[in-house]
Amino acid sequence: MSSTVLITIISLSLLAFISAVILYFVAQKFKVYEDPRIDEVQAILPAANCGGCGFAGCRNLAEALVRADTFEGLNCPVGGAPVMAEAARILGKTPAVVDPMVAVLLCNGSPENRQRTSHYDGAMECRISKSLYAGDTGCSYGCLGYGDCERSCKFDALYIDPVTHLPVISDEKCVACGACVKACPLHIIELRKKAKKDRKIYVACSNCDKGGPARKACKVACIGCSKCVKVCAFEAITIKDNLAYIDAKKCTFCRKCVVECPTNAIHEINFPPRKEKAEAAVENVN
Amino acid sequence: MLKTFRIGGVHPPENKLTAGIPIEYLPVPPNVVIPLSQHIGTPAIPAVNKGDHVKVGQVIGTGKGFVSANIHSSVSGKVSKIDLAPDSGGFKQNAVYIDVEGDEWLDTIDRSREIKREISLSREEIVKRCLESGIVGLGGATFPSHVKLTVPSGKKCEVLIINGVECEPYLTSDHRLMLEKGEEILVGVSILMKALNVSGAMIGIENNKPDAIARMTELAAASFKGITVHPLKVKYPQGAEKQLIKALTGREVPSGKLPLDVGAVVHNVGTAFAVYEAVQKNKPLFERVVTVTGKKVSKPGNYMVRTGTPLIKLIEAAGGIPENTGKIINGGPMMGKAVSNTDVPVVKGMSGVILIPAEESVRKEIEPCIRCAKCVSACPLSLEPYLLMTLSEKSMFERAEKERITDCMECGSCSFTCPAGRPLLDYIRLGKSTVIRMARERNLK
Repeated sequence: MSSTVLITIISLSLLAFISAVILYFVAQKFKVYEDPRIDEVQAILPAANCGGCGFAGCRNLAEALVRADTFEGLNCPVGGAPVMAEAARILGKTPAVVDPMVAVLLCNGSPENRQRTSHYDGAMECRISKSLYAGDTGCSYGCLGYGDCERSCKFDALYIDPVTHLPVISDEKCVACGACVKACPLHIIELRKKAKKDRKIYVACSNCDKGGPARKACKVACIGCSKCVKVCAFEAITIKDNLAYIDAKKCTFCRKCVVECPTNAIHEINFPPRKEKAEAAVENVN
Repeated sequence: MLKTFRIGGVHPPENKLTAGIPIEYLPVPPNVVIPLSQHIGTPAIPAVNKGDHVKVGQVIGTGKGFVSANIHSSVSGKVSKIDLAPDSGGFKQNAVYIDVEGDEWLDTIDRSREIKREISLSREEIVKRCLESGIVGLGGATFPSHVKLTVPSGKKCEVLIINGVECEPYLTSDHRLMLEKGEEILVGVSILMKALNVSGAMIGIENNKPDAIARMTELAAASFKGITVHPLKVKYPQGAEKQLIKALTGREVPSGKLPLDVGAVVHNVGTAFAVYEAVQKNKPLFERVVTVTGKKVSKPGNYMVRTGTPLIKLIEAAGGIPENTGKIINGGPMMGKAVSNTDVPVVKGMSGVILIPAEESVRKEIEPCIRCAKCVSACPLSLEPYLLMTLSEKSMFERAEKERITDCMECGSCSFTCPAGRPLLDYIRLGKSTVIRMARERNLK
């Protein structure tokens, strides 16, 4: 009886010892070195795994940051400059200067501005409507309003306004991850450079039709009249395919184009009320 | 027992309201808009300028490349402009606008009614004539016919199949054409046989058109050697190329392959008629039969219409838009698409216009999938529509590609049969187009 117990203990111990030796050598042979800084950098990243940096998740960005010689082209749009500075400190590198961005909708085709010409009753997704036909208005470029962007946003930064059927983007919450830009089948959401006090001047239209049809389809469409191009002293505005585009990097926020636009397609956001108008009114009185 | 295809299929209500109404010639409209892309492939390039005077049958757009087709003027008059015009989906395409003046045909077109039976052109000349005359598949897919008549080296056409199935509910344009232009169609079939170098042709007609079967059988037996008429059991989508080949010959076209890989070429009866006119009468393709129908339409019928005629003119000829119309569908009720406005022009691929009352055009409320697998049983291509829909919905396109989403021919049997009202085809179409785009981008790399 006692010998049975003894044999069992000895054989099992022997087995355990042999396994331990084998495992030790295997562990030595197949050892993978992982930079401890990857964990460190990952810890400071926002852990949103949104893909805004261009990588699959935060860990992949951390690996890329540790591997990279410079931070050029690597940026976490969610964390922004503070997080990138912290990462640079950990890794002893200099952070690249990246302008903060914000998503902007290049359309203002609310039902009030843009007449509905047909009724869509298919699956309520923009991408499906887009694959079926040109949309329920005369404009085949503008927002469809079925909310693909809303569903793609992980930061709760945009919602579809029930009245205008257009997405409303919150400047505070938007981290410029670009998910909505990718989700929009019409490609009418743009990431633009964020300015002081969230000021924005942009052409809220994507219609590439000629002036006549564009205007007929939508009251606030860009008709490609070039008035804004002429008035702009900084060459920030270009016209391509009957559509004006304001380069956010060149724009100095002088707001001359906004007044010039005959269809109010150029929007100014977060600016104080204009003084010129009051002065003009005074002049008229005189 | 009557032949049919084995896998899948559905039986939608037939509603062939216009089967007994003879083809009526629609008067020439005061102006036409002729799109330069009425076919699958590269759009044609305008061959006329603003202000030019054109005659009926004159080339106004030349095909660019191999898979393309010429576009001809369907009227005589003055080109008012070449500009963008919305197609039935609302997308803007290049089109030629013509103000009609009189009805002056090109002198080369033989306008006599007599039937010319001897085929004097050689095989190459026939293909060339089809190319010049802008003949495309009139079953609805509008694939340029000369491409289908050019058999690549290494492949051999063994059997020519003529599609007179017309499995879509409501539509009767092919049915009427077979009844009224049967002999012309058979001459057209003989021309196609000569072009493809085959000795026989099979005409498949569904059994719900007994008069057409009788007429075609009688004509073929009388004086057309090699042409046989085969009645088929009624089942949708029998008019689809692969299903028709399966039904008639028992051969199955493998996934991703063409009918020619099993030695078959399929042409529609409408195309056969157009080929007859092009080859024997030198008349290019600029008019076709369109069925205008609907349960509330006051004067439904089959109309011979010039291409470019505004859709509204056609509807007006049929008694106008009835009150409470929910949708106007271009094509059949199963595969057709609702038009977004009534100014769109009639094009080569338009086989019917259906005005559906509002109460019948309502979509079912979307409910969750209960895994009843009715869509799987209905799919004639042995796909799993419920799975393909979910994959598209979740943007899992690589997986959808593995599940052979690109095999889908968009027949709509799955959506038709779904008891939960799920928009299966809507999502599958999205997935299919995305997968095709992905594959194209991959090939470019």
